[in-house]
Amino acid sequence: MHIPDGFIDIPTSAAFAAVAAVGVAASLKGAAKSLDEKTAPLAGLTATFIFAVQMLNFPVAAGTSGHLFGSVLAAVLVGPYVATLALSVVLLLQALLFADGGLTAAGLNVFNLSLVGVWVGYGAFLLVKKILPKNKPSITTAAAIAGFISVPAAVMGFVLQYAIGANSTFSVTAVFTGMMSAHVLIGIGEAVITAFSVTAVMASRPDLVYGYRGTKAQLEIRKA
Amino acid sequence: MKNPLVVVGLVLSLVLAGGLSYYASSQPDGFEKSAGEIGFLDTAEESPLAGSPLAEYGVAGVENERLSGGLAGVIGVASTAAISFGIFYALRRFNKSRS
Repeated sequence: MHIPDGFIDIPTSAAFAAVAAVGVAASLKGAAKSLDEKTAPLAGLTATFIFAVQMLNFPVAAGTSGHLFGSVLAAVLVGPYVATLALSVVLLLQALLFADGGLTAAGLNVFNLSLVGVWVGYGAFLLVKKILPKNKPSITTAAAIAGFISVPAAVMGFVLQYAIGANSTFSVTAVFTGMMSAHVLIGIGEAVITAFSVTAVMASRPDLVYGYRGTKAQLEIRKA
Repeated sequence: MKNPLVVVGLVLSLVLAGGLSYYASSQPDGFEKSAGEIGFLDTAEESPLAGSPLAEYGVAGVENERLSGGLAGVIGVASTAAISFGIFYALRRFNKSRS
């Protein structure tokens, strides 16, 4: 879901770019608190892996493909602050190096995937984790469900942007319905890839998985 | 780098972006397809960078499609890794207290 230039008008794109910038700035602060010797490399790997997997479009229906968003995968592995930064790096590189996603639209894309996808997705992950038994498989299940939810959440971001400042005049209902139905199967793909990837990391280094450590790290007493 | 997970993950990323990406679906993604069906796909403007040497995940001047896409993938993985590891290691320095 990479919005090209032209779909959304410039003032709206600029406003969302401002919101995205504030979100990224806030995440820099939050990320600095959660990164250490062990998690910094995993954070770099997460961004790199998401870039690679986003190149792998999978077929979802006749003449349509989908690819990983990665918002929840990143949030569960390295926490929502670092995830916001990781997704932003991926999106900006795609736009700047590969002309994938527009330039004036960059803020729209960062808003949808790095902020809405990550934070709504991570919220869903925490909620599902709460009601499941406290064990490793629950982390995978919660990540998969949250991964699925993050896709329509990010799509809602676009529908909002369309409602505020589209350069075309189709009804918001038509855009909502069309976009949502196109993304149901993509959401399932998101859930599968997220589950698979989280399971692989949980099997080798569960101690590094932010969503498994829960809030312990944040409550740690810090030396001066 | 003492973490085998990171080494394995980076190698896997190179293989996926540099090799497997050739077999990825080239159909429009759900977003583009849906924009076309709703009717606003034609409001899309070409990115100002559409003429850049790596535009659309290919390397300008490399004729072989598999090589061109694979090289673009490898360059993308290397760039993402360089920038993201750089940012996250730099941020970690602000967090010396927990090391």
